[in-house]
Amino acid sequence: MQNNAAHHPMEKYLRMDRMPHIWCSSCGLGTIVNSFMKGIKNAGIDTNKVAVVSGIGCTGRVAGYIKLDSYHTTHGRAIPFASGLKLANRDLTVAVISGDGDLFAIGGNHLIHAARRNVDMNVICVNNFIYGMTGGQNAPTTPLGAYSSTAPYGNYEQPFNLVGVAAAAGASYVARWTALHFHRLTDTIKEMAKKKGFCFLEVVSPCSTVFARKNKGGTGLDILREYKDRSIIDHEADPQKIPLGMNGEIICGVFINEDRPTFWENVQKGIEKRVVKTKNYKVIKNRESVV
Amino acid sequence: MKYWEKPFGREKPQVFQGSINIFKDRCKGCGFCIEFCPNNVLDFSNEFNKKGYHPPEIIFTKKCTYCGLCESICPDSAIFVIREEVK
Repeated sequence: MQNNAAHHPMEKYLRMDRMPHIWCSSCGLGTIVNSFMKGIKNAGIDTNKVAVVSGIGCTGRVAGYIKLDSYHTTHGRAIPFASGLKLANRDLTVAVISGDGDLFAIGGNHLIHAARRNVDMNVICVNNFIYGMTGGQNAPTTPLGAYSSTAPYGNYEQPFNLVGVAAAAGASYVARWTALHFHRLTDTIKEMAKKKGFCFLEVVSPCSTVFARKNKGGTGLDILREYKDRSIIDHEADPQKIPLGMNGEIICGVFINEDRPTFWENVQKGIEKRVVKTKNYKVIKNRESVV
Repeated sequence: MKYWEKPFGREKPQVFQGSINIFKDRCKGCGFCIEFCPNNVLDFSNEFNKKGYHPPEIIFTKKCTYCGLCESICPDSAIFVIREEVK
């Protein structure tokens, strides 16, 4: 039942001259891009006012495939670029889509400080537990005991709990889903696009070519089946106490959803105080001259 | 007197109609649509596409409810569904 005249509904939102994309067969990134574009569409935001910034890596290619204003930055510097973009043009909805190696290894400092300042942006971190594009080196998220090309006897470094780091740094919206939960992912992205403040979303995604091959995980389809068994939805879980491992539960959900004053609101408050202070100063000075 | 159900069987459930469109040459053969289809409408075909993968084919057209799950999960945007409601 092939119909060549018909167009795929996603073709409006993707750069079809760039397709087929470079991602491997059974990678979760294509699903995440679809969910992202659907979420933006459902949020009802003008697509001319959405900007996507991404770093380096497999996930860094997202900016090249989405038909929005997008920028492909240097390694780890996606968040500083997005902060500048947001503060210079505050009408924009800025989204950062990048990998775990980009956001937490080289760009870890930028991420925690953007979360501390509560800059109004949406960060989507695609976690595949390894540096996929460069050949499977150890990432800060590689679980204990997992094999990678720089850990042939198993990894002996304690991994980051990405959700916990973001929550501890002070993000105002923290969520975790897997690539299998694409409907919930769409809803979360829709919610994040409308919400003010620093929003962090971790998406656990299969890496069939590198991580699964080193750890005998099978194909991406087998990993998605595994996610189906392992994932549990619990919105009230404490983000500090749900690290990811090779086995065991993947606890998903929206863990933190609170309102804090954003960076720009604080800047405005500071300026207002200063203005009031200088006005009072002039008054006092006049009084002194009168006295 | 009100019946909670019609005495001679319920009304026929609403039947959806539509079409499933597969771009065979875009497919990378990951099998997500085949595995996660709720009604097992799709299966791998025996033919090869341009890239050397086996694209999905429709085996039970009547079972399909045109829910669009295959469209949402496909990473290569190689399959999409048009649903037409029958009134």
